[in-house]
Amino acid sequence: MSRVHLLAGLALLATASASASVANAGEIRIACYSDGNECPATMDLAKRFMAANPDVKVTIDEMPYKSILESLPVQLAAGQGPDAARVTLFGTVMQYMIDLTPYVKNPAYWEASFGAVLPWTRPPGVTTGIYGLPTQFTVTSPIVNKTLFDQAGVKLPADGASWDEWAAAVDKVAKATKTPYGMAFDRSGHRFAAAAISMGAKYFAADGTPAVIDDGFKAMASRFVKWNADNTVEKDVWASTGGGYRDAFEEFANAKIVMYHSGSWQLNRLQKQIGDAFEWQVVGNPCDKVCSGMPGGAAFVAFKGSKNPKDVARFFDFLADKPVYAEWMGMTNNIPAQAELQKGGVSYKLSPAATAALAAFGANAAKVSPTGYKLSGYAQNSAIYNPTVDRLSQVIAGQMTLDQAYARITQDVADSVAAAKK
Amino acid sequence: MKILTAAYAAVMNLPERPMRWAQGRLRGGRLGWVFVAPNLAVFALFSFLPIVIDIVYATTGGAQLLPSERPYVGADNFASLLDCTNHLDPNTCTRDLFWHGIWNTLRFVVFQVGLMLGFSLLTALVLNRKIMGRGFFRAMFFYPVLLSPVVVALIWKWILQREGVLNAGFMAAGVTPVNWLLDANWAFFWSVFISIWAHMGFYTLILLAGLQAIPAEIHEAAAMDATPPLRHFRRITWPLLMPSVLVVFVLGLIRAVQMFDEIYVLTGGGPGTATTFIVQYIYKTGFADGVRQYGLAAAASLLLAGVLLVLTLLQLKGQRAKNG
Amino acid sequence: MADMLTAKRGHHRWDWTDWAAHLYLLLGVLVMFGPVAWLGLSSLKSETGLNAFPPTLLPYEAATAPVEGRGNLRLYTIDSGDFAGQQLAEIRRVGIQAQMVDPKRPEVIIRLPVEGRTPVMRMRLATENYTALFSRFDFFRYFWNSSFITIVATVLTLLVNSMSAFVLSKYRFTGRESVFLVMLATLMIPPTIVLVPNYLIAAQLGLTNSLWGVIWPGVATPTGVFLLRQYMLTLPDELLEAARMDNASEWRIYWRIVLPLSAPALAVLAIFSVMWRWNDFLWPMVVLARSEVFTLPLALNSFQGELTTQWNFLLAMTVVTLLPVTIIFAFLQKYITQGIASAGVK
Repeated sequence: MSRVHLLAGLALLATASASASVANAGEIRIACYSDGNECPATMDLAKRFMAANPDVKVTIDEMPYKSILESLPVQLAAGQGPDAARVTLFGTVMQYMIDLTPYVKNPAYWEASFGAVLPWTRPPGVTTGIYGLPTQFTVTSPIVNKTLFDQAGVKLPADGASWDEWAAAVDKVAKATKTPYGMAFDRSGHRFAAAAISMGAKYFAADGTPAVIDDGFKAMASRFVKWNADNTVEKDVWASTGGGYRDAFEEFANAKIVMYHSGSWQLNRLQKQIGDAFEWQVVGNPCDKVCSGMPGGAAFVAFKGSKNPKDVARFFDFLADKPVYAEWMGMTNNIPAQAELQKGGVSYKLSPAATAALAAFGANAAKVSPTGYKLSGYAQNSAIYNPTVDRLSQVIAGQMTLDQAYARITQDVADSVAAAKK
Repeated sequence: MKILTAAYAAVMNLPERPMRWAQGRLRGGRLGWVFVAPNLAVFALFSFLPIVIDIVYATTGGAQLLPSERPYVGADNFASLLDCTNHLDPNTCTRDLFWHGIWNTLRFVVFQVGLMLGFSLLTALVLNRKIMGRGFFRAMFFYPVLLSPVVVALIWKWILQREGVLNAGFMAAGVTPVNWLLDANWAFFWSVFISIWAHMGFYTLILLAGLQAIPAEIHEAAAMDATPPLRHFRRITWPLLMPSVLVVFVLGLIRAVQMFDEIYVLTGGGPGTATTFIVQYIYKTGFADGVRQYGLAAAASLLLAGVLLVLTLLQLKGQRAKNG
Repeated sequence: MADMLTAKRGHHRWDWTDWAAHLYLLLGVLVMFGPVAWLGLSSLKSETGLNAFPPTLLPYEAATAPVEGRGNLRLYTIDSGDFAGQQLAEIRRVGIQAQMVDPKRPEVIIRLPVEGRTPVMRMRLATENYTALFSRFDFFRYFWNSSFITIVATVLTLLVNSMSAFVLSKYRFTGRESVFLVMLATLMIPPTIVLVPNYLIAAQLGLTNSLWGVIWPGVATPTGVFLLRQYMLTLPDELLEAARMDNASEWRIYWRIVLPLSAPALAVLAIFSVMWRWNDFLWPMVVLARSEVFTLPLALNSFQGELTTQWNFLLAMTVVTLLPVTIIFAFLQKYITQGIASAGVK
């Protein structure tokens, strides 16, 4: 009897839940995160799409960026994921992504428009296929508080200045203006990589396997640790919060730092939250060996678990259409990933400062080194980024030496890459 | 009120007929199985089955979530977790973060449980006196127990931040402000302090109840003999309170070993690994890393489960000593 | 009255231990409740008030004045120079210079160095921190989710645990002891250890991103069964026998007789359950990934990540999260503390 009861209970539970999880035909759920207003903007466009296509219902779930990084892969692994999601680190969900080529209206248009960025979304070894709709092209860049420079009477280092020159300059400004710190890096291995690549880091061996620790990486790592120790870089960001991503935007917006090493995706927040509270300016990436930032981009990608890939593709087709895409970029103030629109054609609602910033971001994008593209397109790049952050944090907190950290990073990367292959 | 009673009766009457039917068919006490079935089902599904799956995870590798897709690796995960040249120095271990977690947890448990026991006892002794507004004070000490760990962490984050009220107080007193959560030792101190702050009220209540259960006559008899207070405490109060102390000790120990929520929000385990405890290692390895190594997380869980098993047995023994 | 004040341990005079005890308690109140009070006060400060260092006890903010054609501008008192003692409004700040204007003569722009002026502060409760919460965030949804989980889970916990406790205390059947032991054994399996497998199971049952996924796994608590069983053991068997004579079914005996008589123990378990559920964090964080199903602690945690230093919203939200428990506690404080104390002793 007890067994019968137990089974009955289980059956009840299962049916109750099954009925909840079955997607209705034509219903698609998209997990989204916003750098600025991407999700609300997409939602607006989705409404227009649904008005024209009443048989499809698009739901956009806005969630914290951290959830996209941490929860989404587990959900997908358990078969409980959404139909599509906005993602930047494609490696974390790559095994669940599908090729939309059979579903989109005009694959040639996609190839022509997004050909430069599409390879990032493809699994290793795959050279064709539409695995996502790139929503923006991003590049890391330093953003400086010009007002503080003026107050300190320090001139902005010229284009082509090295990281050391920049560090000395912002430190001087911070001391003169009683600003707590010279600069801050987002707590991200991606941001660190941008600086390391400028120092000559190659990240990969000749055979394409990761070889993170080299002279270039070491040059940046040792500087970064030193800057954290002498308050040139704000220690809170990297040392204080343990695991995970954290950005330093609020510190910059509140004028607690002179220079903020982040990227073009912050344009919206810069314009909206800072406005004319102080004069801010995007500058060229510092140069040592090269003057490279890290490229990046977010894309909406569709997943294998989706019951309605056709409808997902329909919605993506709608968004990818040039006029809609241009409008979308205008709403979100992003650099388009669409080839033609990159030459112009998006009308932004930008302040003069933001317009200048957009141009500066564009200039930085043109200078990205091949290593940057390679790292951005590497499927397991999060297996490189995470140990970089974790281990350097430990050095910053005084718990290990740089040499120990280098050994650990090498080991961590090898370990993760091996685990991912199994 | 009447409506609630009626609703309660209506709902509880629903199983009447099936239960009567079951009662008619099940002789002896076997009907009891029907009553415990729901409870057992939930236990089976969310406590025992997971342990089995944990064992499967712990003996398989790779980054796949579904057990069927994972390659068998035997005891590799355990071996890799336990592999150290020198077990006292986490930096010599293959899984150094795991060992940082272990040592931090141990250090945390020693300080947290010891100090919390001390403060709870002191507070209980003070509250056991005839004091005006005793109910108010008791409530004040208990209040933080009710707060969500996230709330607790945010309250203290606000106080401890660089330009927080604590540093303002320090400046006013002429002391240089400290970046509390940026210094490894201070961050650890505050983890201990805040977890005591948030939980001691609960243990104080248990000890207070234990104190109040000591018959007044015993104290009075001692008062007649004019026993000095300290001796009174050592000879009479402490031995009689021992069972409650034991309960508090073991409960506190089990909870300290599992500490996660407050610290996760407060420091995220940092700076560096200064406040990374064992549960956080499990969470990070299984849920937050770029490549999730469920096998390692499960193996670490099982090792932790072993330790908790010993602690729980201790508690049962303590309870028996107390009840018997 | 005087007698009550001085009635300490049978003495009639304050000795040093009384002083020490009271001092300890007052200090205790400061340490235990002070931080919460500080949170409450801070949550009513405007952003400028919050950024002020050293902080003020009461909520102050920068005063503004309307200037024709320019809207509301911040007021400063000028410390020295030609305009010493005057209150001027700031149009904008460029580098180390500020463009100021006299609110009464809006057409004349005055350029002054940013040093040598103090902002005019005035007291104001920044209630917009709270109102903005409701407009900016889907606050009611989180509140509802938390409440739903807490209430439903508590009712289910009481029901499921009391059914077990009933037969474990009042029945003799083969396997009873083993059932009891098995339940106690689950005490040893803390939720953190089975995090990954539990997620897998919840996912297979389709319980992820559903409030039920948070509710079900915690419904069968060994603590609850143990607590209720110990209490039910003290109920006299004669009552049950009498009911059986009247041909009442066992189910009826359970809900009509045993449950009402166990009310005190059920109340204690209910308190525990509410506390556990309202504050639960790790498991919900794993199961619930969509913001529409977030509970209050999850929402708080995600905002503290997103809004790093937007303390004005964060503080207000923290206050609103702790308010319900605080109110319940204020009213039921006596029962809650006594209930928990008695459960700990039993």
